[in-house]
Parts: sequence; structure tokens; C-alpha cells
Amino acid sequence: MPRKTMIEAIRDAMDVMMARDANVVVFGEDVGYFGGVFRATQGLQAKYGQSRCFDAPINESGIVGAAIGMAAYGLRPCVEIQFADYMYPGYDQIVSEAARLRYRSNGDFTCPLVVRMPTGGGISGGQTHSQSPEALFTHVSGLKTVVPSSPHDAKGLLIAAIEDPDPVIFLEPKRLYNGPFDGHYDRPVAPWSKHELAEVPDGHYTIPLGKAAIRREGTALTVLAYGTMVHVAMAAATETGVDAEIIDLRTLVPLDLETIAASVRKTGRCVIVHEATLTSGFGAELSALVQETCFYHLEAPIKRVTGWDTPYPHAQEWDYFPGPARLGRALLETMEQ
Amino acid sequence: MTDDAPLTLRVPEPAVRPGGTPDFSSVRIPKAGSVARPAVDADPESIRDLAYSIIRVLNRDGEAVGPWAGLLSDSELLDGLRHMMTLRAFDARMLMAQRQGKTSFYMQHMGEEAVSCAFRKALAPGDMNFPTYRQAGLLIADGYPLVDMMNQIYSNERDPLKGRQMPVLYSSRKNGFFSVSGNLATQYIQAVGWAMASAIKNDTRIAVGWIGDGSTAESDFHAALVFASTYKAPVVLNIVNNQWAISTFQGIARGGSGTFAARGLGFGIPALRVDGNDYLAVYAVARWAIERARRNLGPTLIEHVTYRVGAHSTSDDPSAYRPKTESDAWPLGDPVIRLKNHLIVRDAWSEERHKQTEAEILDTVIAAQKEAEQHGTLHAGGQPSVRDMFEGVYAQMPPHLRRQRHEVGV
Repeated sequence: MPRKTMIEAIRDAMDVMMARDANVVVFGEDVGYFGGVFRATQGLQAKYGQSRCFDAPINESGIVGAAIGMAAYGLRPCVEIQFADYMYPGYDQIVSEAARLRYRSNGDFTCPLVVRMPTGGGISGGQTHSQSPEALFTHVSGLKTVVPSSPHDAKGLLIAAIEDPDPVIFLEPKRLYNGPFDGHYDRPVAPWSKHELAEVPDGHYTIPLGKAAIRREGTALTVLAYGTMVHVAMAAATETGVDAEIIDLRTLVPLDLETIAASVRKTGRCVIVHEATLTSGFGAELSALVQETCFYHLEAPIKRVTGWDTPYPHAQEWDYFPGPARLGRALLETMEQ
Repeated sequence: MTDDAPLTLRVPEPAVRPGGTPDFSSVRIPKAGSVARPAVDADPESIRDLAYSIIRVLNRDGEAVGPWAGLLSDSELLDGLRHMMTLRAFDARMLMAQRQGKTSFYMQHMGEEAVSCAFRKALAPGDMNFPTYRQAGLLIADGYPLVDMMNQIYSNERDPLKGRQMPVLYSSRKNGFFSVSGNLATQYIQAVGWAMASAIKNDTRIAVGWIGDGSTAESDFHAALVFASTYKAPVVLNIVNNQWAISTFQGIARGGSGTFAARGLGFGIPALRVDGNDYLAVYAVARWAIERARRNLGPTLIEHVTYRVGAHSTSDDPSAYRPKTESDAWPLGDPVIRLKNHLIVRDAWSEERHKQTEAEILDTVIAAQKEAEQHGTLHAGGQPSVRDMFEGVYAQMPPHLRRQRHEVGV
């Protein structure tokens, strides 16, 4: 089976869907002729024409707002926000409009829309190219929020997102675009070509939204992770020798609580890791849910390992980033309790 | 140290406040029939003056004059008159119902009836409006049942929106009426997107955006104009300038610019101002802009110059910020009376028939109201179910919502 980078897999998903469904259109800043600053849409304009894949003005509210109108018409727009950090001008359109259109019109109008955006740090992007705003979306009723961690999942999840009848926020951990980065910033990153989850089937397949994957089976404790942190968790488990069960959530809303609860009931311990800031982060929701559903199975307090409650710094990036050493310490501490 | 004088902030004020004498002398009203009617494919650069004038058809004597006249037959005009009268009667009944506690909130159209009623008449089936909260004439002029509007206003058991939306935020795809958000300006750019989709699919349908004078200050107004002009989208963008944004006079949004219509000129979008209280003029301008969109000539910006006679909503008290008699001084008159007078001049109508029709319309509206109230009002009688609250957030209910619904026991 061909191995692809995550960028290639994401491009492949859009290519497959544009070929299958004439209603799929792709646009965003630098997305058309050039193919996007991360090259996710490279070649799509040449293949499908300017009216299916095109450049947009630098106006995120315009990009999302126009896409909502297109979705209401009956198209399936898949738009790119160049960096998740640039999403805020379009946030009103996402929250007040896309998320509520089906509900407020009682299904008279719907919004099958995908908003793709690169997320997360690790590329010296400072505060404006590194944020992980997933909690700003998971808090909004009517949205689905997806974060893939591998090329295989990225393609299957993105196809599922494009086919979904409701708006989906598709957060792409940009540090994973070209390799399964595990947080060891001082070592060369292994290429995707050496990773089995880079095996991307040709053509159409989906990974259902709302289903987590167990990346590593274990009995000692449960790690809840998504995106880049899945790879950081794998490294931390290997390096500490803690027999962790690592769950890749893949979709934050809807959440696969069943898989989470079954694992925590088995292990009795839970560590939650995300790159976003701590306070009111998605980890708070996960922690509450684990407590509500697994309280009598818990043998230790639930621990959260996250970015600090500061803006994402430039020079201190690796002090901010919850890497394998910090997560490893948390695993050991949780085992000691 | 500097020799420069200290800077001062200038905050615009309306000419008159409560207690003062209303003054609209600054509103320049051209003579009816005096503005040229360009070809729809005219170079936008050659018709920039239309953004600073006001296209008018009905003169003081009730005659239709000039190059924008002569498009509607007697029976079409009578239809239009009935639509406006129906909207006015509907508003009066619903205002009263709100005061009686049958619903939480209402917004009336008094003085602005011609804008949405006449515009609807120029559209084709399948075209899509993205309205604000003050364009119910689009529904009434398209034959949407009054009783369903009332069911929505009452949030009763027959409410097409299941009690999820505040009153007047209707939705009817089959009537070309996009779900009204309640947020401002967001839908302007959505109209452009819908129009772009129609062009992408080589469809023939067009979109229509609606915004108020105050909301043109929103960034989404700019977004809509950028996208509309960039892609030459088949869209008509309407600004309803009713002079007031709740308590804020239109000068706060307009700043130093001459007119709202002139905002379009920088984008190369043809921009027209029209007498929004003149049914014939609104129709003629709408038809011109719609034809442009339909012929793939691109977007048009229309500023409807009108006046909000009533309060912004049932939660507003205009006597606190403008003279009580200001609406009487509004120089463009009342749209219903002007069309009525025109039809009388045409020998197609009489005061007697008008009174008789007014009574008939009131009966129709009251009958619809009785029917709606049989299905409940906001706090009495039939109501949408609590189960409905959980439905429709997504196409398929996800597990977390199912758990919450079970918690409520529905």
C-alpha cells in the first residue's frame, strides 16, 4: 500500500471527493493556483477548474460566510483557514451561523461544511501560528470537531467530514504534516514513510466521526490524547516503561466516551494530554467525564498535561510544549499514587 | 513640547433630539422622474451619480413619471397595495398580541412596507433572499400563510421552527426566504456565497442580501462587497436605510461618506439609491438589479431610503432619542398612502374600495390569528415539546445529547 505524508493524504481526500461529487468546492487564502501555503490543495485547481478550487480574499469571515451560503445552496464546501490562529474573524460565522442553521430553521436549511485549519505548534510560529483552539469549537453545540494524528486517519476522517451533513471543524496538527513528530525536537523526525499509519488506501474510504482508536494497549493507566500528542504519548510510554493504554480520540465532538470509560475502568488511572492551554481546555471536559463515569474505578487523581496558560511563546517553545519528558513524569507520578 | 493644538474627538449627533423640531432639510429629494435609467449593462463608472441621487417614480400628484415608470399593470399594483396593507394590519395585530403577553417580542415594518413587498414582486421562483428581521413583506408578497407566521411568533405547537427562534426570525426555503439569524450582517456575505454557488453550478437563480443602515458598519458588509465584486456574484445587495439603528442615527454608521450606496463605488459595484417609500420605484430598481444579476453582469448595491416610523422593536422607546413628530416630517411620505393615491389617479381605485379592502384584510388577519391561537401562544395552550429542544442540533443525535435528553426524561 502506498505511504503518504499527512499533507498528501489530506490532498488525496479532497481529490477523491472532488472527483466523486461535483458539489464539493475548495477555497481559501492561497489555495487555488499556488495550492496553499502547506500545499494541501496543490494541483486541485488544475485538475478541477477555477470554479471548484480558487483563491479567496484575505477575509476569514468572508471565507466561512460565503461557504455557509454555498452549503445552504446545496454545495459541500471544504474551506481552508490558513492557520487556526487566523480563524477568529470567521468565528462568528462558525458559531452563530454554521453551527445553528439546522437547528434554528428546523432543518429547512442545513450546513454541510468543512473548515480545515492547521493547528498546534512546534514550527517556531510564535503566538500567531501555533495555537490549538479546539476547545473554542467543542464548546459550541452544532459543531463536530476532528483532530487526526496520522495520514491514514486524516484521509478517512476528512472524507467522512466532507460527507457529513453538518459543519465539521477539521484541525490538522501542522507539526505532523511531514512526519510523526513525538516531541523530541532535538532529534531528526522519522519520515511518514517509515510509519505504518502512513499507509493510505487509494480511493474512497471513511473513518467514522465519533470513534476513538486505541494506539497502544496497556493495563497500567489510560492516556487520552489527540493529534500530535498521540505520538508524544507513545514516546513517553516507551521511554518510561509505563504500560499505558493510549487512546487517540480522533473526534472530540462527538466523543467516544464508551472507549474512554472502558479503558479507564480497566486501568484505574487516567492522564490527559493536550497542547492547548490548561484552563477550560478540552482536558477539563475529559477529566469531568472520566470522573462522572469511572469514579469508583479510579485509583489515582486524573492528571492533565497541557500547554501553560500563556500565549504560545516563540523562543521558549519547547518549555511550553508538553513533550515526552513532561508527560513521562506525569505517567510515573500517576503510577506512584 | 509641541505647538500643535490638542486633538479632540468628534462624535456625530443627529440634527434634532426630543423636544426639538424635526428637520430633514439635509435630505436632498430629487424630483420624481428626474433620474435617468441606464442600460443594465452600463459601465459602472458611467453611472456613479446614481449612488448620490434618489430614484423616484411617484410624484406629489400621485402620478408615475420618468424613465423608471410604466412597468406594472393595475392589477399588479393592486396586489402590491394589498400586500402592504396586509403587512401593516398583521403588524398591528401582532404588536397588540405582544402587549397582551401572547409572545415575548415583535418588530413592525411601519413606513417600510414597500421595500420588501415591491422587491419580492421582481424576483423569480427559486431566487433566495437572506433577509433581516424587517422584511416580512417578502413572505407576505409571496403568499406565505399568515397563520404560519403567527405560529412562529407565538412559538406554539404548530411553529414551523419548533419554538427554537425568537419571534419574526422566520425561515422558508420554498418561499426563497433564508432563515433569519438575529445576528447582524452575517447573512450579507452568505447571500454572496449562495450566489457564487449558483454561478458555480451554472444555475439561473440569483441571491439577494439585506442589511440595515446601522449594520453596514459590520465587517461582514465589507466581506460581502469584497467577495461580490471579486467574483462578480449574481447577487443584489440591499441596504435598508431607515435612518435609525435602534437609538443610533444613521450618521454614526455612515461617517463622513455622502451615502451608504456610495460604499459600493470603491468596489466597482453599481450602486443606486431609491425612494424606499415608493412601491413603483423600488420595484423598478429591483428589476434592473435582478436583471443585471440574471444576465451574469454581477452584483448591484441598492440603498432604499426610507424611515422607521415605529419603534425598533417592542423593547424600544423612540421618544427617548428622537422627536415624537419626526415621522410626520419625513419627506418621502407613507408608502401605502402613496400607492393608494396613485391607483386612484389611475382610476383603478377609490377611497371607498380602500376602506372596504382594509376591513376585509383585517378580517383575514384576525381569522388567521384566531386559528393560530387555537394552537397556543407563548405561555398558554399548545407548545412545542421539550423533546424538540434536543432534536435537530445535528442530523443524527450524538450520544451526549441523547444522555442529556434522557436526563430530562423526554
